[in-house]
Amino acid sequence: MHELSLVAALFETLEEKAREHRAARITVVRLKVGKLSGAVPELLESAFETYKKGTIADGARLEIEEVPVRLRCRSCGGERLDVEGSFACLVCGGRDVELLEGRDLVVERIELEADEPPSSS
Amino acid sequence: MTRKEVIVMRDLLGTNKQVAAEIRKELRARGILSVNLLSSPGSGKTTLLEALADRFRGRRRMAVIEGDIETERDAERIRARGVPAWQITTGGACHLEARMVGKVLGEVPADLDLLFIENVGNLVCPASFDLGEELRCVLLSSPEGDDKPKKYPQAFLTADALVLTKTDLIPHLPFDPAKAAAEALSIKPELRVFRVSALRGEGMDELAAYFVEALARLRSGHA
Ligand SMILES: Nc1nc2c(ncn2[C@@H]2O[C@H](COP(=O)(O)OP(=O)(O)OP(=O)(O)O)[C@@H](O)[C@H]2O)c(=O)[nH]1
Ligand SMILES: [Mg+2]
Ligand SMILES: [Zn+2]
Repeated sequence: MHELSLVAALFETLEEKAREHRAARITVVRLKVGKLSGAVPELLESAFETYKKGTIADGARLEIEEVPVRLRCRSCGGERLDVEGSFACLVCGGRDVELLEGRDLVVERIELEADEPPSSS
Repeated sequence: MTRKEVIVMRDLLGTNKQVAAEIRKELRARGILSVNLLSSPGSGKTTLLEALADRFRGRRRMAVIEGDIETERDAERIRARGVPAWQITTGGACHLEARMVGKVLGEVPADLDLLFIENVGNLVCPASFDLGEELRCVLLSSPEGDDKPKKYPQAFLTADALVLTKTDLIPHLPFDPAKAAAEALSIKPELRVFRVSALRGEGMDELAAYFVEALARLRSGHA
């Protein structure tokens, strides 16, 4: 249950971006959550709902894109999605596989609203 | 009112990774090998550190940072072996973060060889947080069962070494150490695997040698 720490880090970023863009509020937050990132989407959602109250993102919608584990075999070069949690290559049986995707935990984009047009600076 | 989409593309663990990188740099500069011990509650992390304290006494200078949700107990056990120890109580958090380790670092003596960090007992959450360690060791004790690596893959994926603990209990349990090792190796082929009984001393020489060799590599600049 470290999702609360992750959401606290998320809000540091949200507040920084809101200042930078002179936003009155943030309306959408989109995360990419890798299957092997160690974070559980449902727990992130409930932590987000609790945390957002009274912040710049009060009322924001959290969107989570789950990113599957993608592997490349260093022996035969084959790329594939991991389906059964086995990290060996399904083509040649090789064990020397590289994790291409599935560990990341990224704030991809946000949508925000400003009450007045942002200055040109 | 204006609406706007902002592309952020920022790692949620980015701040922790930055702090961890600074810690790693500082410890390398001081020639200290740091090791993060990670396992579920009760797998034998503190007992292993007690055994290492006995083994290194008079030969290597070690210190321990203890992470627990509550109590000073583990730090007291380590101090009782004559080894300096700092207790971080997270007050609820289920893992250590680099910032918590950074706060203690100033108190760690400069003339040290090995710095062990015992994480909060939890096989899931600590795996996500780099503490600036040089080596990460995941412990799996025989009573936990040999089917655990695939159930908790991230801990094994991010580790450098797997320590199968409490081997003295294996005769009483349906635990196959070869199966546990094979399953962990299917997740992370580079894992070094050790089998130890911290209570009986079996396998402790190999594990201690692993840390001493890693320390030598660090000091020769080939970490
Ligand atoms: N039989 C046997 N018991 C052990 C061994 N190592 C540890 N234990 C026992 O396992 C229990 C838990 O050991 P600890 O060292 O406290 O485990 P820990 O991982 O530090 O626990 P937390 O800090 O609470 O996560 C204690 O009762 C130890 O005596 C071992 O090698 N053999
Ligand atoms: Mg302990
Ligand atoms: Zn292959």
